[in-house]
Amino acid sequence: MNQPASAYFLEERHDPNETHTLSVLVQNEPGVLARVIGLFSGRGYNIESLTVSETESQKHLSRITIVTTGTPMVIEQIKHQLDRMVPVYRVVDMTITGRSIERELAMVKVRGGGDNRVEALRLADAFRARVIDATTESFVFEITGNSSKINQFIDLMRPLGLVEVSRTGVAAIGRGPEGM
Amino acid sequence: MTDKSHDPNQMTGAAMIVRTLIDHGVQHLFGYPGGAVLPIYDEIFQQSEVEHILVRHEQGAGHAAEGYARSTGKPGVVLVTSGPGATNMVTPLTDALMDSIPLVCITGQVPTHLIGNDAFQECDTVGITRPCTKHNWLVRDVNDLAKVLHEAFYVATTGRPGPVVVDVPKDVQFAVGTYHPPRRDDVHVSYTPRVKGDAAQIRKAVALLASAKRPVIYSGGGVINSGPEASKLLRELVEVTGFPITSTLMGLGAYPATGKNWLGMLGMHGTYEANMTMHDCDVMLCVGARFDDRITGRTDAFSPGSKKIHIDIDPSSINKNIRVDVPIIGDAGNVLGDLLQVFKAEAKRPDIKSWWQEIATWRARNSLAYKKNNDVILPQYAIQKLFEATRGHDTYITTEVGQHQMWAAQFFGFEEPHRWMTSGGLGTMGYGLPAALGVQVAHRDSLVIDIAGDASVQMTMQEMSTAVQFELPIKIFILNNQYMGMVRQWQQLLHGNRLSHSYSEALPDFVKLADAFGCVGLQAVKPGDLDGALKEMISVKRPVLFDCRVAALENCFPMIPSGKAHNEMLLPVEATDEATAAAFAGGKALV
Repeated sequence: MNQPASAYFLEERHDPNETHTLSVLVQNEPGVLARVIGLFSGRGYNIESLTVSETESQKHLSRITIVTTGTPMVIEQIKHQLDRMVPVYRVVDMTITGRSIERELAMVKVRGGGDNRVEALRLADAFRARVIDATTESFVFEITGNSSKINQFIDLMRPLGLVEVSRTGVAAIGRGPEGM
Repeated sequence: MTDKSHDPNQMTGAAMIVRTLIDHGVQHLFGYPGGAVLPIYDEIFQQSEVEHILVRHEQGAGHAAEGYARSTGKPGVVLVTSGPGATNMVTPLTDALMDSIPLVCITGQVPTHLIGNDAFQECDTVGITRPCTKHNWLVRDVNDLAKVLHEAFYVATTGRPGPVVVDVPKDVQFAVGTYHPPRRDDVHVSYTPRVKGDAAQIRKAVALLASAKRPVIYSGGGVINSGPEASKLLRELVEVTGFPITSTLMGLGAYPATGKNWLGMLGMHGTYEANMTMHDCDVMLCVGARFDDRITGRTDAFSPGSKKIHIDIDPSSINKNIRVDVPIIGDAGNVLGDLLQVFKAEAKRPDIKSWWQEIATWRARNSLAYKKNNDVILPQYAIQKLFEATRGHDTYITTEVGQHQMWAAQFFGFEEPHRWMTSGGLGTMGYGLPAALGVQVAHRDSLVIDIAGDASVQMTMQEMSTAVQFELPIKIFILNNQYMGMVRQWQQLLHGNRLSHSYSEALPDFVKLADAFGCVGLQAVKPGDLDGALKEMISVKRPVLFDCRVAALENCFPMIPSGKAHNEMLLPVEATDEATAAAFAGGKALV
C-alpha cells in the first residue's frame, strides 16, 4: 500500500452509502439547533434535509427530522453522537424501524399561458397538487408527498414555466399506535 | 407581596457563583480577572472558603484546572473574563474534551443589552465553545443561574466527564435573585448517562474470556476517570484471570508498572510485546479506551483474529473505529465489578501458559533498549535516572507533548492511578507546566514534576511566575535537545530529513530564566551531572527549572510506522538508516 508521508493512516473506505431518516426529540432551548447542525458540519456528516419545529410547547419539546447519508458505520456514529448531546431526549432511525411515513410539502410557482397553462393544471390535478395562488399568467401549486413524488412534479413543471420552488424538507412519523 | 430582604437566599448573581462553588465543595479556583467578571472577583475578595490561584494567561488556568482534576478526581474550576479571556480558554477546553477531564469554566460576558453589538471584549462565547465543551450555557436571567450552575457541575462530572462553560453577562452578576442549593431537578431530564452494564452482555463477555487461549486486557483513561475503585477491580480481574494487560497513554497507573502481567504501553510508541500481543490475541477486553488512531495503526490490519469486548460509558465510542463483538455500555468500575462477580461465580481461568511463553519471546526482544553513552545524556537515560531519584517520594508527573512525553510514558513506571497527567487526545504543547501547578495546588506536600521539552515548555513558561507567587514548588525537568524533537523525527523519517523550522535557535538560558522568575535553575550536561542535580532538584522546596541537555538527534523507538500494523514495528536496534527507509516505504521522500 502506497501512502504519502503522513503521521496518520490514510484509509480509503469503499462501503456503500445509505440514506437514513432520523427523528430527534430535543429540548427546545436556545442554541439547540446550532448544536445539532454544528455536530454534522464539525464531524463531516451530510445533511440532505432538515426539518424542525416545536411539537409540544408545554414541555418545550422540538422534533427534528434529518435525512442523512453515510456508510452504515457513519450512520451509527451519527445516532450515538446525537444521542449523547445533553438536550437530546431520543434519536430514532426511521429507516431501520422501516414502518414510517415521510412527507414533504412544496410550493411550486409556474408562469406561462396557453397550452402550457392548461397542461400545468392537468398535471397538478394528477398529482393532487392544489392551486393556492393564481394570476392570469401564473399559478402557485401546493403539493404534499414523499420527496420523490415532489421531485417528479417539479421536473414536469420545468418545461411548463417553472419559476421557483419552496420546500419544507422531510417530516417523518412511525406507523401504528406507538410514539417514538 | 412578601418581604425578601431578610431571605438569605436572595443575593446577587456574583454572590451566587461563589456560593455555588462552596456548596459543591470547591476549594480552589484558577482564573484571571477582567472587566466582565469584576463583580465575581469582588465576592471572592470578601470570603476565604475558596482560594483563587491567579495565573498569567487564561490557557494556564485551564490546564492547571485539568491537572487539578486529573490528580484528584474532582472537577477543576476556572474563572475568566469575556472576549479574549474566553477565547484563550478554547485550547484547554478542547484538551479536556478530548481527554474526558471534568472542568467547570465560568466566563464573564458583556451585559445582556450589549450582546450582539460588537461591544468591547465581546465574543460569542457559547458559539465558540459549543464544539469544544460537553455542554454550555448562556444565562440571561439571574433566577436561572443557580439551576444552571448546579447542572453544569453535574454534567461535567457524570457519565463521560468533560468540560462545560457557563457564560454570565455582567448585568446578571449584579442582579439580585433567588439562590437554591443543589437539588435533583436541577438536571436536564434528557441527560441520563448509563452507568450499569447490560447483564446479558456481561455474561457473553465472561464466556468469551473463559474460553480464550490468547487473551489480552487493553485498558484506558476511562478506568482512571471511574475512580480508584475501578483500578482496584482491574487489578483484581488481572489477578483472577491471569491475563496479560496493556494500557493506553491515558490509562497508565491503573495497573502497576511492576505488576507481573504488565506488558507496557501499546500503540505507536508502545512496547513490542504489547503490540504483538494485541495483534495475535484471540480475545481482547477493552476497558475505558477508544481505539484511537495512535493505538490501532492501520485499522484494516488491527488485531485481525480476535473477538473484541468493549466496555465504555460513551455509546459513540463503540464501533467508531473498530467493529467490536460484545459492546458493554457503562461505567468502567461498575461493569468491571459485575464482570468479576460473574467470572468468579461461573467461569474458570483458562490455561494460557503457551500464550505467556509466546509473549516471553516478544519481551526478550527488549524493545525499549538504547545504546548507552558516557559523553552525552540520552533522554531515555535521563528519565530512568529521574524515575530512580523519585522512588520513595509521593510523586506526580505531568508532561508536555512530543518525544519527551513518549519517553516518559516508556521509562517512568506508574504504580497508582491519578499520578500521570498528560495531554493525550489533543496533544497540547504547553500543557505540562500549568498542569503541574494545578497538581501542586491539590497536593501541597507532594513532589510534582513536569517532564518537558525545550520547545513545549516555552509555550506556557510565564506560569513560573504563578508558581513563585503561590509558593508551588513544581519541578520542570526539561529534556533540552534544541529541537522540536518529534517534528524533527517525522521530518527525518518521512520528509527526506529536511528539518524545516524544527530547530529552536536562540533558546533562552533556562538557568538564568529561572533566576529571573525567582525560582531555582539547575543544569546537567554530562551523564555524571545527573545524580547530584536531580538530588538538588528534589530537595529544594522551591520551583525549579532543570535544563537537562540531551542528545540532539535521538529518535523515539520502538515505533509503528504510519500505514503499518501492530506486527510491523520498527525496533531501536534494527532502526538502521536502510531499515528505517524500508519501513517507511512509500515514503519516496526518504533518503
